[in-house]
Amino acid sequence: MLELKNICYRVSTPEGDLDILKNVSITIPDHKLVVFTGPNGGGKTTLAKVIMGLVQPTGGRIIYNGQDVTDLTITERARLGISYGFQQPPRFKGITVNDLLQLSAGSEKLSKDRCCQYLTKVGLCANDYLDREVDVSLSGGEVKRIEIATILARHSDLMIFDEPEAGIDLWSFARLTETFEQIHREEQSTMIIISHQERIIQLADEIVVIAGGQIAHRGTTEEVFPLILADTLGGCPVLNKKEGVSE
Amino acid sequence: MITEIDQKLLEKIADLTGKPVGAFNIRKDSGCEARQSTEHIEITNKTDKPGIDIHIKDGTVNEVCHIPVIISKTGVTEMVYNDFFIGDNCDIEIVAGCGIHNSGCDESRHDGVHTFYIGKNSHVHYAEKHYGENDVGETGKNVMNPQTIVYLGEGSTMQMDTVQIRGIDSTKRFTKFVCEAGSEVVVTERLLTHGKQIAESEMEIELNGTDAKGRVISRSVAQDDSEQVFYPRMVGNAQCFGHVQCDSIIMGNAHIKSIPAIEALCPDAQLVHEAAIGKIAGDQLLKLETLGLTEEEAEDTILKGFLA
Repeated sequence: MLELKNICYRVSTPEGDLDILKNVSITIPDHKLVVFTGPNGGGKTTLAKVIMGLVQPTGGRIIYNGQDVTDLTITERARLGISYGFQQPPRFKGITVNDLLQLSAGSEKLSKDRCCQYLTKVGLCANDYLDREVDVSLSGGEVKRIEIATILARHSDLMIFDEPEAGIDLWSFARLTETFEQIHREEQSTMIIISHQERIIQLADEIVVIAGGQIAHRGTTEEVFPLILADTLGGCPVLNKKEGVSE
Repeated sequence: MITEIDQKLLEKIADLTGKPVGAFNIRKDSGCEARQSTEHIEITNKTDKPGIDIHIKDGTVNEVCHIPVIISKTGVTEMVYNDFFIGDNCDIEIVAGCGIHNSGCDESRHDGVHTFYIGKNSHVHYAEKHYGENDVGETGKNVMNPQTIVYLGEGSTMQMDTVQIRGIDSTKRFTKFVCEAGSEVVVTERLLTHGKQIAESEMEIELNGTDAKGRVISRSVAQDDSEQVFYPRMVGNAQCFGHVQCDSIIMGNAHIKSIPAIEALCPDAQLVHEAAIGKIAGDQLLKLETLGLTEEEAEDTILKGFLA
């Protein structure tokens, strides 16, 4: 179980202090699939990074399986079973897809068959990719799918994915959603997925809408999805004003 | 006599664990420790200066020739000339390399000039590893200044792989290729310096014949207070293709200078160069940390991959 208690993240800017996260509290039980969604710049990624330790909150505590992990390093949290799929994964000269999968699996040596299984789950063929370097020769979508495969290879208890659909073609995306669905169905891991995709949102046990550094709504797909659509209609304040004038 | 220390050096620089198979010449402390010629590869002493001549007959295929050099003493200085005469239609591997185990406080230094005369339609893989170490507490400098000069005949290819990872205090390397029509050279250079080490690598690749191809891939890591200078030049004198790529990771207070140059003297010469120097990207470290590696392990993994 993951508990976020009163998480705050404040940064200093030339214009004064800015609150990126304002007192966010949420509990995520084991084996649930939770989707963080909401407008760009609302604080979703920052909140996800706080869980992994990539961002150190300026206030609040993170409790993972009863242990306060707020002051633990990224490495320590990774070893406790938290993993994180980056929205824009880095590339590595000289490090192959196989190397990354082996590093992800830790002490366990992955057979080619196992590597193949993980790559297939993200719509890639091991024969084509295992020996390729994760460098600029791969497209953004390929790097992204390899990134997700590394998370799958970790078998961690808590998997965080930051916009896994970004840059991925429709066919691979369909394969990916099946993979998320399977992990969820088989209760292999708890998943937090930052996403704007209806298909992923529909898989969720709970949707958390994060806007303005706070939780704006939370609930089941049925409860929250209409609210998201309603908010979308709000549109641009400038345009709204103009429309108001013309009336 | 080959001691345990020598054996370790041989393993480091030439992957040799016992007596090599095929032709070989082991040079130790400026003398010939062991030699073997084969039916197709003949190794003889030079008569006018230190070094050996290696004659490889036309059509020699799938043979390996080892010519490692080891220095186990302090204060040794040598200048060696090795000439390779490789016939037509050969496919061979040559493993050179130099290892120094410096036992005292004086400088030990190996300067070598390797000249290759390669015939037509031959394929040569040339590997050269440099390694240095000192007896515990000793401070003698280890110095290596290799020169490699290659005349590449029509339709021939040469792949040259050089590796220097730690232990060499100062190196000044010069590599020159003269490439005839349809020939192809690929040079990969891997270099890691640390402490106060200095490394300089100058290359000149002349693409003289139609459809000659040249590629230089240089990757280096400079740590601590070390200094590196790269100066690869690719000259296109005919319809040809040349590509120079220099990538360096800089750490600590190191200093790296990279000056790739391309020169076209024919309108059909197509030449490209790229050079980049930068530190290890923060997002690379973070990614590996999220896989459970410590920061040090992550750094090590990135460097190993980069220099692989």
